[in-house]
Amino acid sequence: MIKNRTPFPGRRLFADRFSEKILHGVVIVSGLILILITFALYYRSRPVLALQSFPSLLLSQGWHPSRGEFGFLPFIAGTLWVTGVAMVIAMPICLLTSIYLVEYSSKTLREWINPFIDILAGIPSVVYGIWGLLIIVPFIKGYLAPLFGISSSGYCVLAGGMVLAVMVVPVVIHISMEVLKTVPNELRDASMSLGATKWQTVKHVVMRRAMPGIVAAMVLGLSRAFGETIAVLMVVGNLARVPKSVFDPGYPLPALIANNYGEMLSIPLYDSALLFAALLLLLVVLYFNIVSRMILSGTRWSHYYYA
Amino acid sequence: MVQGGVIITMHKHAIEENVFRVLMIASTLLILSVLLLILGTIVIKGLPYLSWSMITQAPKSGYYLGKDGGILNSILGSLYLTGGATIMALMVSLPVTLYLNVYAKKKSRLVYMTRFAFDVMWGIPSIVYGAFGFTLMLFFGLKASLLAGMITVAFLILPVMTRSMDEVIRMVPPPLLEASYALGATRFETAFKVVVRQVMPGISTAVLIAFGRGIGDAASLIFTAGFTDSIPTSLLQPVATLPLTIFFQLTFDHP
Repeated sequence: MIKNRTPFPGRRLFADRFSEKILHGVVIVSGLILILITFALYYRSRPVLALQSFPSLLLSQGWHPSRGEFGFLPFIAGTLWVTGVAMVIAMPICLLTSIYLVEYSSKTLREWINPFIDILAGIPSVVYGIWGLLIIVPFIKGYLAPLFGISSSGYCVLAGGMVLAVMVVPVVIHISMEVLKTVPNELRDASMSLGATKWQTVKHVVMRRAMPGIVAAMVLGLSRAFGETIAVLMVVGNLARVPKSVFDPGYPLPALIANNYGEMLSIPLYDSALLFAALLLLLVVLYFNIVSRMILSGTRWSHYYYA
Repeated sequence: MVQGGVIITMHKHAIEENVFRVLMIASTLLILSVLLLILGTIVIKGLPYLSWSMITQAPKSGYYLGKDGGILNSILGSLYLTGGATIMALMVSLPVTLYLNVYAKKKSRLVYMTRFAFDVMWGIPSIVYGAFGFTLMLFFGLKASLLAGMITVAFLILPVMTRSMDEVIRMVPPPLLEASYALGATRFETAFKVVVRQVMPGISTAVLIAFGRGIGDAASLIFTAGFTDSIPTSLLQPVATLPLTIFFQLTFDHP
């Protein structure tokens, strides 16, 4: 329809071509934001990378910014502990709930419960943090730790993991449900008509088909947990030591970045080290995201975005 | 014997079925009760302190120690900052989604790559956006201010807004576009006069979703917004937002 290239294109045609160029540019630039972010963080973290090699930054323990020693091991360990605890708590619950809502419950019940899960997804992380401070921390201090014969301040890896678990639940459930819904009904019918029970059908037929998608959902939840800052920071204790049990305080990477904004510019290389931490976080999350998006783009799904 | 065996295995299946059914119902109830617990905690602990002066006054000296004043500065700060960021993000995401769905060839590599990039950006944690905003601030010589916060939050909500808008514009039936072309409209006119009008409700939803994500976020603003007890009067002044206020007050009380 725009084929006729007259020597003096009218204003409308000019607007059409001009807008195409502009919009094309906007699309390209917006797609490059990802690379821009990575590059900006890398550029700023070069000074600390010049001081210490990449492996020694990751694996050394000492964290003494004023002496120029930056060992990220305690923070990486803290992140892994908190994320691990969160996933151990959240995974079975998410799996069971999404199976229940898709395979077992009536449509009415599902439509009743969905908004509640959406609300859970929409609660700001500060509010989760407050909840953790008011409920989880006293609960661990007063009941859970004494139960195991340990005295704990309540500000510990377990508290961070429990708060995080609640935060990843809506994300994982939402995506797993979408994945389970893509399993064709014929498969279920065939299995049931062979005399399998409902649970056998779920276990051997539906789950086998949906497994890659479910794994992707879990990985997306994991990467979400990896970068969560405020809520974890408020309950996890923030002690720069490698935690030895779930009742020890930890200090995850995002909390490190957020907590030291004040001193950042007063100590040399400190800002560089913190932006290196951000780069580290970004690379891990990018990796997780790219892998799980690739798995998910194989299955047909939509409406996975979250507020 | 065979019959007995069948009965026993049937029993085993029935038991397994029931055990898992109970577990599933229990985990669903657990999630619902955690939600109620969170909402209940906030309402019960917070409601008694809500007063008129709290939402109509800026904090006076010593407000956070129990003296007079309110949190008007953070309420307005949140609205200014997120409003500005939403407008900035909209100025990028509307053209991008229109290009992807009206101008570009369907299923071209550019379309696929752009969607993928936004999906991946959606997963980047807000603290990383905060750090990125901080590097931008250093680059442009900006101080922690309303403007810097707006730009950072705009980056944060851009993927959410773009992808949710994209899902809506994708649903526009192709015959609508064809009818518009058949009447001699250019793609520019089709995109901005036909498609935008058709998906207006969807665009508003996307904008609201993005606004909701932006207004609740604190991690990206810790470096970039600064903090103040007064209401900002220019883009270059520091600003307080509600999540930041909550975060700073609580973390200072509980070391």
